[in-house]
Amino acid sequence: MSERKLSPVLPPPPLIPREPVRRSIFHALFYKDSICAWIFIAPAVIGFAVFYLVPCIRAVYISLTDWNLLRPAKFVGFSNYSRLWNDGQFWNAMRVTVFYVLYNIPIQTVVGLLLAALLDRVGRSVFLRSVILAPYLIANVIAAILWFWMLDPLLGFINALVQTMGFQRISFFSSQQLALPTIAAVNIWRHMGFVALLFYTGMQAIPRSLYEAARIEGAGPWQSFWNITLPLLRPTLVFVLVTSIIGSFQIFDTIAVTTLGGPVNSTRSIVWYIYESSFEFYRMGYASAMSCVLFLGLTVVTVVQMRILRSGQSELG
Amino acid sequence: MKSIDPSPRPPVARWLGYAVLALFALISLGPIWIAVKTALSDSTTLFSGASSFLPRDPTLFNLQRVLGFVNPADPRLARMSYGKIDFFRALINSVIFTLLAVLPQIAFSAMAAYAFARLQFRGRRLIFFLFLCATMIPGIVLFIPNFILIKDLGWLNTFQGMAAPYALMTPFAVFFLRQMFLSTPRELEECARIDGASYVSIFFRIVLPFHRSALATLTIIASLSAWNDFFWPFLVGRSESVRVMAVAINAFRQQQAGGTPDWSGLMACTVLGIVPIFILLLLFGRKVVESFQYAGPK
Repeated sequence: MSERKLSPVLPPPPLIPREPVRRSIFHALFYKDSICAWIFIAPAVIGFAVFYLVPCIRAVYISLTDWNLLRPAKFVGFSNYSRLWNDGQFWNAMRVTVFYVLYNIPIQTVVGLLLAALLDRVGRSVFLRSVILAPYLIANVIAAILWFWMLDPLLGFINALVQTMGFQRISFFSSQQLALPTIAAVNIWRHMGFVALLFYTGMQAIPRSLYEAARIEGAGPWQSFWNITLPLLRPTLVFVLVTSIIGSFQIFDTIAVTTLGGPVNSTRSIVWYIYESSFEFYRMGYASAMSCVLFLGLTVVTVVQMRILRSGQSELG
Repeated sequence: MKSIDPSPRPPVARWLGYAVLALFALISLGPIWIAVKTALSDSTTLFSGASSFLPRDPTLFNLQRVLGFVNPADPRLARMSYGKIDFFRALINSVIFTLLAVLPQIAFSAMAAYAFARLQFRGRRLIFFLFLCATMIPGIVLFIPNFILIKDLGWLNTFQGMAAPYALMTPFAVFFLRQMFLSTPRELEECARIDGASYVSIFFRIVLPFHRSALATLTIIASLSAWNDFFWPFLVGRSESVRVMAVAINAFRQQQAGGTPDWSGLMACTVLGIVPIFILLLLFGRKVVESFQYAGPK
């Protein structure tokens, strides 16, 4: 039944006796779709306009100005964008971020798939699921400080183990080569359980009869994973990849707690660089220009991913 | 014909599966246990006990001192060269921030979600589409103009400034609740309308009670993300009187960046920041897990 039919303005069904329609303003406030709807969405629309829509437009405007918050903003056209093109630090930040995503996403996705398949096939207890979800429920800052302590070169638990096994202690966060992979590892630790849980939910929707049929045909566990689970999981896989890549490009919290962009720019990610430019050096225009480029870049990455992975279609039909 | 084996895997593979799952459980919880161990250790035993799984001479002193429950004249405090950590204030601030950000957010998002799910009005599709697009915007794009707005309002270092962007709506909350409200049985709402109920009373008497479980799910997700939030509170709420748990932990860590950090104190803070989450898991484990499990790809 369509929603229009429920509107009280239309004549009531003849067999049901009801009082005559009152047409006061008060009545309209509570009964008329359009007026009532605006009352319902007013707070959310105001919140959206003030904290999402206007800021989004304002960010684009600020990116066309030179502004340090002290003097009035000066319109400079696209000069922030041309400066960005020639800024080695910006390209370094882009490179660092892309490497971070490349360390983070493949391992996180593969580990998540493995864990999900194990949960799906051998252990389905809620207890086990809450244990592997636990790291995701912890704040980024806490996960970062926890691993900063575990990996401390002098007193950390991991380094104590490394030494017991007869190796040199490793300064994970202060090595130019290791800092970025270490930060990626911390975030893989925090996210793997959550990613696994999403995959697990997707796997639950796959009809068991398909596995039965495959087994009768003589397929092993690997074959049924490759030929049944993975293709049928594609919608979930696309969702997880798209959202986790968007999140991964915006790595900030872990860097803010541990390396602050160092050593020697090796962990200066794009969001960290934007943060420094805006909130430490107060170059609001330049920082906004970089944030707009990041937004544009992420949109392109997402659209391309959707195209490649054909997210809309599922083999289950 | 061979009969179908009820257990899908040969036993060896099953045990191997259990072993790998146990390993992942250990990887997940191990670091958290090391934090607990460190928080319960005397700070002088950190070097000698670095590789042990249990605290040497377990003590609650670190937890007590970061909460400010230790007499300032206590001789054990005098032995420590670290700055004072006042984490009690930070925990209270986190509770205030979480309540301010979550409760109005859910109320207003539910109202909007109901309108999007059931009411006819001009611009419904356009507004909903814009809300959806907003989930794609990277946080940093909005943080710069929002910071300037909060600064111009004179709301820096206030709870209202920290909670404002979350309090009226979040696109996720509206989207999630709309999906849920679309599944309200039509008959329930129609009966109420025939009885002359207004949209307002249908919303309060039928829709909200019917979706108690979805509202609980959203409350869990939104509260955890507010409790764990860092970037935005870090930008607008750094003063000691308002800073939340994550901002405070980061501040303690940066203060001590030069020398040897006060690890036992920092880990005591860490444990206190995790405790509410573990209480939630112990009380409502299944509900929490299912919240995150099913709120994802919808």
